[in-house]
Amino acid sequence: MPTDQLSAVFGALADPTRRAILASLAGGDQTVAELRAPFAISQPAVSKHLRVLEEAGLITRSRRATARLSHLRAEPLREAASWITGYRDYWEESFERLDELLGRLSTVAPADALQPPAEAASTPTPQGDVP
Amino acid sequence: MTTATIRITAEPGTTLIETERVVNGPRDLVFRAFTEPGLLAQWLGPRRLTMRVDAYDVRHGGAWRYVHVDTDGTEYGFRGVFHGDPAPDRIVQTFEFEGAPGHVALDTLLLEDLGGGRTLVRTISAYQATEARDAMLENGMAGGMEEGYQQLDELLARLGA
Repeated sequence: MPTDQLSAVFGALADPTRRAILASLAGGDQTVAELRAPFAISQPAVSKHLRVLEEAGLITRSRRATARLSHLRAEPLREAASWITGYRDYWEESFERLDELLGRLSTVAPADALQPPAEAASTPTPQGDVP
Repeated sequence: MTTATIRITAEPGTTLIETERVVNGPRDLVFRAFTEPGLLAQWLGPRRLTMRVDAYDVRHGGAWRYVHVDTDGTEYGFRGVFHGDPAPDRIVQTFEFEGAPGHVALDTLLLEDLGGGRTLVRTISAYQATEARDAMLENGMAGGMEEGYQQLDELLARLGA
């Protein structure tokens, strides 16, 4: 996903009302009036939120008779999530390993701790994609 | 036990990525884990990658280079130079992914003794430009997460995405 579209997605998600609208749409398509019901805001305000979501590619809108239906598009959400996870996964896993190492260093003689544990010396198991 | 999770901040419009994580170990030991190649290779990076430290000259002006080797043999090299004498209070070094030469980040590592055998690890990475930071976030070992992006996780969990 291009960076500017990612920015649009994250910008759209920054607002709690818009997140609530997306969560609501996860249960199925809804009209503006239906979406507005849980919120103490005007119909134009809801329409403005829907425009932001539509521009970010997070929803599509269609007509049913006189009402406009909003439909959730989950793909940009997944792409935004995968963009996030690379760096976090790298560091979370590193810090988990650091905690394990610190545990070993605290409980064994320093000279022994300098040697990798047996499992670290074996062939790593493939797990998922290249970072 | 630790319930610590990493906090990663990448404010829009800045060139910074900041992280915070509490680890279970006294500060001196954490400093060793960050500065002794034999220890560093045991924890830095995902488990599926083998780490090879080619150089780690931990002193002012000293160069470092390490390589993450994937299961298919692909190598991801990183290099840089230490600035100022590294100490638990402050390790300053440049950081460059060899796949993007010339895009250099300035990394500062701060270790804070929390007592009780725990240490707060803070990192501050300053990139040359917001675009460079975001490119870093999207590629390689990079990636990043704004504090507020945790909201996305919550939303995704609700959506079952």
